[in-house]
Amino acid sequence: MPPDFIAAWLNKNDIFTAMTIMEYWDGMVTTVQLVFLCLIIGLVFAVPLAILRTVKNPFVSGPVWLYTYLFRGTPLLIQLYIIYYGVAQIPGIQETFWWEIFREPFYPALLAFTLNTCAYTTEIIRGAIISTPHGEIEAAKAYGMNWFMRMRRIVLPSAARRAVQAYSNEVIFMLHSSAIASVVTIVDLTGAARNIYSRFYAPFDAFIFVALCYMVLTFILVFAFRKLENHLLRHQRPVGS
Amino acid sequence: MKKLMIAASCALAMFATGAQADERNLRIAFDVPYEPFEYKDENGELTGFEVDLAAAMCEEMKADCEFVIQAWDGMIPGLLARKFDLIMSSMSITEERAERVLFSEPYYNTPGGWFGPDSFNADVTDMGAMKGKTVGVQRGTTMDTFVTEEMSGVVTIKRYTTADDMVLDLEGQRLDVVFVDYPVGEQTVLTKKGFKEVGEPVKLGEGVGVAMRKRDKDVAEEVNAALRKLKEDGTYDAIMKKYFAYDVKV
Repeated sequence: MPPDFIAAWLNKNDIFTAMTIMEYWDGMVTTVQLVFLCLIIGLVFAVPLAILRTVKNPFVSGPVWLYTYLFRGTPLLIQLYIIYYGVAQIPGIQETFWWEIFREPFYPALLAFTLNTCAYTTEIIRGAIISTPHGEIEAAKAYGMNWFMRMRRIVLPSAARRAVQAYSNEVIFMLHSSAIASVVTIVDLTGAARNIYSRFYAPFDAFIFVALCYMVLTFILVFAFRKLENHLLRHQRPVGS
Repeated sequence: MKKLMIAASCALAMFATGAQADERNLRIAFDVPYEPFEYKDENGELTGFEVDLAAAMCEEMKADCEFVIQAWDGMIPGLLARKFDLIMSSMSITEERAERVLFSEPYYNTPGGWFGPDSFNADVTDMGAMKGKTVGVQRGTTMDTFVTEEMSGVVTIKRYTTADDMVLDLEGQRLDVVFVDYPVGEQTVLTKKGFKEVGEPVKLGEGVGVAMRKRDKDVAEEVNAALRKLKEDGTYDAIMKKYFAYDVKV
């Protein structure tokens, strides 16, 4: 009798009680907030940065190149440590209004994640922009469109179509990278799992459950991106499908 | 005369082997360095509170002891594989460990200590005064359990993996106070300027015991008897005073 068996198992175990499930739920809310916010902010800044990165003038594209080079060239964990612990060591920071923001671990983590994902997204979008077929740009020029109009009407929409697949990977990587937020005392999904593990000394139960939570989130993202790709790339589908 | 000498030395040898059969051979494992419990001094000699206590215990048991260095991860496996016979390396008595090894009666228990900045002046036992404060603990320690059970909902609890990270956040004023194993706090917080002990130390848990293989029940009896004797006759107190300014006796 599977249902009886499951009920008996649930009654026997003292790990998955209402209290620990609530801890996991709170952790999931924190993870989703953190990842969603950093992705949105990162994307908003990545589009103009990617355009600047494609500009020929090295004084414009150089700083953007340096920024993406630095943040893609160092581990996210190190960036988080520098922002979280480093800022607290600046003399006098505790007396300024910045401390209101940096006292809590959430905002330093959000800042580190945003800078990181923004660097990767910038490179993804830049790659899509420079692979715009020359013919499209020449055709736009022939119509007499200026640079701004070409960007808005031709380059960016087609770049978005080319970037969406690579970007969906970045989103999923970011969800998984957010697990390191737990090292700076944020109780995200992983933080909840670590707390529950240390309370019951049950690594399999605590971590396999949290792995399943991440998998559910990942499946939701994959599903959403497939819908988005179907929508953006419908011109590539065979006729009648 | 020569014959007599040979006979005498034979007898002596027999006596000596006979005595050796009576005397226990015990190998005791320590994980160094864990000051002030077990560490090597400037001359490379193994020393510390538990080392001295082990030596006194061996003398009391009339055992022939050998001290072995073993890394913490391999402690219980090494004991079970008979690489040594006793562990005296600050191993707290817990239910999980007691399923695999036999513990003696506890021989010390360090309290949890409250440490904070000089400006901290609330009474840590007064829940009204502590309301809204942020307390740092090391995840999964007896201090974590205590704060979680006694102060949940009153204070914000932040859990850290290492004491170093926690002390950094105390210095950075993200934490109002930390509740940490007393010797750890003594060495990490009190060595810094502007920090002090802010409350009475609290004794938590059963304490630390000698770990043995489960089948060595006779050894456990002797160990318990020897420890009891040392605690009563003042030897324990003398060793404790050498290393601690506070009471760790149980």
